[in-house]
Order: sequence, then C-alpha cells, then structure tokens
Amino acid sequence: MSIPVKSSPIMPSPLVSLENAGVSRGERWLVRGVSFAIERGEIVTLIGPNGSGKSTSVKMALGILAPDEGTARRIDGLRVGYVPQKLAVDWTLPLTVSRFMSLTGPVAAAEATQALAETGIAHLAGAAMRDLSGGEFQRALLARAICRKPDLLVLDEPVQGVDFNGEIALYELISKLRDRLGCAILMVSHDLHVVMAATDRVICLNGHVCCHGTPRAVAEDPAYRKLFGDRPIEALAIYQHHHDHTHLPDGRVRHADGTITEDCHPTDGNHDDHHGHDHGHGHTAHDAGGEAQAGSARPEHDHA
Amino acid sequence: MLDGFFVRALLAGIGVAIVAGPLGCFIVWRRLAYFGDTLSHAALLGVALALLLEVNVTLAVFVVSAAIALALVALQRRATLSGDALLGLLAHSSLAIGLVCLAFMSWVRMDLMGLLFGDVLAVSDIDVALIWVGGACVLAVLAFIWRPLFAATVSRDLAQAEGLQPDRANLVFMLLMAAVIAISMKIVGVMLITALLLIPAAAARRFAATPEHMAALAALAGAIAVVAGLFASLQWDTPSGPSIVVAALVLFLLSLLPLHARSARN
Repeated sequence: MSIPVKSSPIMPSPLVSLENAGVSRGERWLVRGVSFAIERGEIVTLIGPNGSGKSTSVKMALGILAPDEGTARRIDGLRVGYVPQKLAVDWTLPLTVSRFMSLTGPVAAAEATQALAETGIAHLAGAAMRDLSGGEFQRALLARAICRKPDLLVLDEPVQGVDFNGEIALYELISKLRDRLGCAILMVSHDLHVVMAATDRVICLNGHVCCHGTPRAVAEDPAYRKLFGDRPIEALAIYQHHHDHTHLPDGRVRHADGTITEDCHPTDGNHDDHHGHDHGHGHTAHDAGGEAQAGSARPEHDHA
Repeated sequence: MLDGFFVRALLAGIGVAIVAGPLGCFIVWRRLAYFGDTLSHAALLGVALALLLEVNVTLAVFVVSAAIALALVALQRRATLSGDALLGLLAHSSLAIGLVCLAFMSWVRMDLMGLLFGDVLAVSDIDVALIWVGGACVLAVLAFIWRPLFAATVSRDLAQAEGLQPDRANLVFMLLMAAVIAISMKIVGVMLITALLLIPAAAARRFAATPEHMAALAALAGAIAVVAGLFASLQWDTPSGPSIVVAALVLFLLSLLPLHARSARN
C-alpha cells in the first residue's frame, strides 16, 4: 500500500514529501516503505506504538536522517519549527527561557512574549531552562517552535509530561495555530486512541505505513458512536482503522491470506488496506521486549 | 619598569586568554575536555615536523592538530571503537611519535620543558602579532558560526531540522580549536592548553545567565589568570604555563565562594 503522491504539475508542490523511504540500522529496518506528503496548512498526525518508526519518519522528513532507501524532499527555504521528542539541556549550559526562544534564529521580542503567553509560561521567561519541570520544559519547546513563525510545525509527542487539563489546552492551541500562523503541522503521537479532532489526516505506522485516512469521517461513523457513546469529541477524537496483517512475536508478519513474510514492506504484494472499518488496534512493536500500549496490543490478536 | 620580553608575554597571554575563553565554554558545554587534550598532544608532533621540514612552528602545529581533528571525525563515523578510546589512541600515539622524532633529530637542541609547560622567554614580537591577528580571525569566525554552533550544542537534531547545518559548524569549530592550540602553545605549553580553555570557563559558569555572558566572563577570567600567573612566574622563576593554570584554579575556587554566601543568605 502506498499513499498516492500528487505529482500533477498544476498542483503546488507539498512542503515535504517522503516516497517509499526507509532507514536501516545494520540488518534491521527501523522503518521502511514510508510515503506521505504534507501540503500547506494541513494537519497530519502520525500514530503508532513505541518503536513503530514515527520519530524516525519525522527525522527523515526534516532531513535529520538521510533515508537508506527511497527519497525525502523538502521545498526550498522551508521554515521549520521543531519540537523534538527528546532534548536534554546540560547543566553546564547557562540558558534562560527567553534566550532559548532565539536558539536557531532571531525572534522579535513581541513574538516570543506572545508564544510564551499562549503556552502558559509567560511568568518563566527569565527562568533557567534546566530548572523547568517536565511539563514547563515541553511548553517552552512548543513556544520556541511557534515564535519562529514556521511554514511547518513538527511536534514529536508535544504534550509529554503535561498534566491532563494542560494537555487538552495545548491540543486546542495547536489546532488554533494553524489558522494564526497559516502553517502546516506534522504531529506524532504514540497514543493509538487519542488523536486530535482537528487532524486532517492520520497516518498509522508500525515499521511501515499501516494505513491512513481522515479521522472525522471515522468519528462520524455509527460504529464509532456505538463504541464510544456520547463522549464529547470536540477536542478528542478516536481514530479507527483496519489491519490486514499480524505482527508475530518473532518479528515475522502473517498476512490476511495466511502467508508469512519476514517484514512489512509495501512491495510484498500483501497489503490491501481500506478505511472506515470499525476496529481496535492490534499491533505490537517488532521487538518483543517492547512497550505494548495498555489495552491496545496483544501479539496473538488477529484482526484479519 | 617591565622588561620587553615580559610585556610581550603579557600581551601574548592576554590575547590567548581572550580567544580561549569563548572556545573553552564550548569545551565545557560539549564535554570535550579530552578532545582538547588530544589536539594539544598532537601539537608536539607538529613541532617535531616543523623542525624536520624547517617550516613555521605555529603553522605546522595548526596543520597537525587540524588533521588529527579531521581524522577523529572520520574514525568516529566508522565507529569501530568508542570515542574516548579513539581520543586516547590519537593523543598518545601522536605525542609518542613527536617525542621519538625529536630524539632522532640530534642536531636540534630543544627545550622540552619549555615546549611542554610554556616559556615566557620564548615569545617574540612575531608571536605576539600572530596571536592577536590569528586570535582576531578565530573570534570573527566563532562569532559567525555562533548561532548554529550553540544550537547544535543544545540539540544537533533541532539545529539540523531548522536548517542551521550543525555539522558544518562543528567542523569549523574543530579547526578553530586547532588554531587556538597552535597560538597558545608557547605561552602555556602543550600539556596545559586544555586547562587554559577549561578552567576560566568553569569559573565563569556560576555567574552567567546566558551563553554569551559566560563567554565574555570566561575571556575576562582567563586574562586575569594570565596576568597573575605571569607575574608569579617572574617573581618565583616558575614555568609560565603551570603558573597561569594555578592562577586560573585560584579564580575558579574563588568563584565557588560567593555562591555559597548568597545561597546561605536566601
């Protein structure tokens, strides 16, 4: 399965596009056969369990990692605001929150102040980065990415360590940012169930692109209401989809027709994903020592 | 009234300290102390080659240090040994080769102590000019790559994603390191260059809120250490390098005191 990439000359070129891209470490493919494109002003969310290659795919899209196969393209002069999954500020680094705002480029003082206010840490402008709590640090990372006025905002698990109310507020802020900044947003979430309502497209990874589609169409599906009742969906939406294969504990893959292959690759002719199916998620990470998502993953669960 | 040689030593030492301070901050931030050691050990090989080929010593030291830095980058990419093992291998083999070469050149009368620990008497007018002109160039280049280099120090991924080309900045930084080692060798000696980079920066850390602030303070602390150390060297006839390092250490220890007093008051 691959996502059709718009290649008509009349269409404006996407901000970033991956085409059948993969990264390997020795014998093991961290992720393989990833294709997607992000257009101006759209919000795309990558979901999938731990170790499914979400961060790796983002790093390929941003040019941090060069793909070992396939291609990764960015338009010239693309202005990126990046919130990495991990960032440690060494204790020897004297770095205040306000100095951190202009880390990768000059930023107008008014922009920095507004971004800090939006993320709820205006009072911490003079604080040292290493003295921030986990949630405050995450807000500072987001504020820095915002105040750059990027064309593309890339958020790798942007709400980790943020308390529950703050999490909802930050997701609402993120969906508003698209309109204020006119930027596209590429977001990563390890959470299989919680995806923003404002997401235009969801791409599900598990070492490859499992499936993709719009979450809204799924959320309006009667099957969705049957599963989740009248739970408010303004801020949170549930994305359901269908898997046609099972990842076996030894890393091999059993497909719907019963065949078994060494890994998941779109060119193996075994993928035939469609969307709108009412279905829970049944993936685990390739490595059996992995961190299965609570309540979502059972290796023996066959969803074909 | 100060003698000419001593004025030259002061000028040279202050010039070196002003350049070493900001670069030393990056050594502290990036935990590169052993990398600095490796490059300065390689300086001895540079001296030996300069005597053998009869070329300018400072230039030869710069070329050898830069070559070692680039070799390190290349070896790290292949990653067959850990970084610290590679550094140790390069540092000590280049030091050993340098010493063996010097021993073979029996026609050269070499002041090995001066080479290892610095010698104020050895500073010439040309050395002073080289330090100030070279140092100004190093600082200008550092200012030019400051933002990408600092962003890469915080996070290489972030700098790369936002288009700052951190790998290029890192490479330039290594060449700047090689240049600073070449120009500071005569003042502090090859064994103690890392100390001149590291200790003033460590002393400045406690008083700095931003990286730029820390760089300026480190330059100032280094200059004070050079002046105090050289006067002590003149007074007690001690080698200049160790005297400067001891003075820097005293500054570092002093920097610890007011912080304790302040936190006790709060």
